[in-house]
Amino acid sequence: MRRFIVSFLLVISCFVLQSTVFKSIAFGGIIPNLMIVLTASFGFMRGEKVGILFGFFCGLLADIFFGSVIGLYAMIYMYIGYANGKFNMIFYPEDIKLPLALIFVSDMVYGLLSYIILFLMRGRFHFTYYLIHIILPEMVYTIVVTLIFYPFLLWINKKLEDREQKER
Amino acid sequence: MSPVVKRKGEKFTLPGKYLLFILTIVCTGLIILTFSTNFLSAPISAIGGFVVVPLQEGISKAGSWLSTRSEELVEIRSLLKENEELKAQVDELTMENIRLQQDRYELTNLRELYDLDAQYEDYDKVGARIIAKDTGNWFHSFTIDKGYNDGLAIDMNVMAGSGLVGRIIAVGPNWSKVLSIIADNSNTSGMVLSTSDNLIVTGDLELYADGVISFEKLVDSADRVVEGDKIVTANVSDKYLPGILIGYISAINVDANNLTKSGLITPAVDFEHLEEVLVITETKQAVGDEE
Repeated sequence: MRRFIVSFLLVISCFVLQSTVFKSIAFGGIIPNLMIVLTASFGFMRGEKVGILFGFFCGLLADIFFGSVIGLYAMIYMYIGYANGKFNMIFYPEDIKLPLALIFVSDMVYGLLSYIILFLMRGRFHFTYYLIHIILPEMVYTIVVTLIFYPFLLWINKKLEDREQKER
Repeated sequence: MSPVVKRKGEKFTLPGKYLLFILTIVCTGLIILTFSTNFLSAPISAIGGFVVVPLQEGISKAGSWLSTRSEELVEIRSLLKENEELKAQVDELTMENIRLQQDRYELTNLRELYDLDAQYEDYDKVGARIIAKDTGNWFHSFTIDKGYNDGLAIDMNVMAGSGLVGRIIAVGPNWSKVLSIIADNSNTSGMVLSTSDNLIVTGDLELYADGVISFEKLVDSADRVVEGDKIVTANVSDKYLPGILIGYISAINVDANNLTKSGLITPAVDFEHLEEVLVITETKQAVGDEE
């Protein structure tokens, strides 16, 4: 139950942060993608199922407020969470290289899928422009934010696990 | 043995694969449902408005309060100097104002002659504050802090200052989603004010960094449209009220077909620093509306 409340608060606060505060720290109009960091982190820290659920609800929020149809971002985020969950087996809290690499790749997949579904389908073929001006800057910026935000997520997860160990 | 079947003394668990499969179907269903109907938007927007919007509103308010305070400190010095200059300008403008009033008197008379005053009468507007911006980097939509409780509805036009910002595409009890005219998926039919030639204004992500939007399908065989011409919303637009300023033409090219022209428009609104917008509380009458 406690885990549920903490997760709920994390998803809501990440979404609110990203839609309000982050626009004032944008570099050249690009904002980092905190929700990918959240989805991917809980994916590889807690496994596939948690990744799926985090992704689903993060994406659903983005859909409700900013999407043109409901369910599209939910699906993208959900699959990213699931894929990250597959790496739960080789994840160790002490190692930061794997999380960074996974989040980097996750954001790239998110960018590419967004481009293909939302832009290529409407006949915007200028891929290199979008790659250089949107996808790559977002990836780099997201990684920078990850360096600050990920230890915090790790700490929350550790606290929760310690609590659950004690109660058992 | 199937992994879903419950074994004795074991808690029921659903493997990730199955959860993924179920939620994929749910998502596909939702996409199809929201793409073809408006059935789900009311309950979902109500939930969103209940949980998220109050938070966004609070943070936006706190943020803009802080930035205003810091700006004030910086500005005091420059204000003193500016005050001097402005006083000189006031004298100049007073003279100009008198002249303009005379012009205006003449204009009113002419308009009465042409019976145009009804078309350009002022629309009723409601002010609203922007509380959140799109979380992705692909599109340019935002949410404002008023919804159907304040009398807003889908397709109402949104302005800032004297220029067009966009229109409402979804509305909740205390929030609404605005699609701006510079978003990549937005098309607006516009009109050159001086010649009444119609054109299509399209937002484009590639041009976004330059602060311009593109237009196309301008038929101007007499070559009368020039750079700097005003573009307003067209009478034929089915979503936008006529005569709202969109921007000014900054470049014109002849298309390869030699019939139409396309080019760039500098919007009248500064989209980078939008904080408050005005919503026009009437929607355009469409064919088939009973009124």
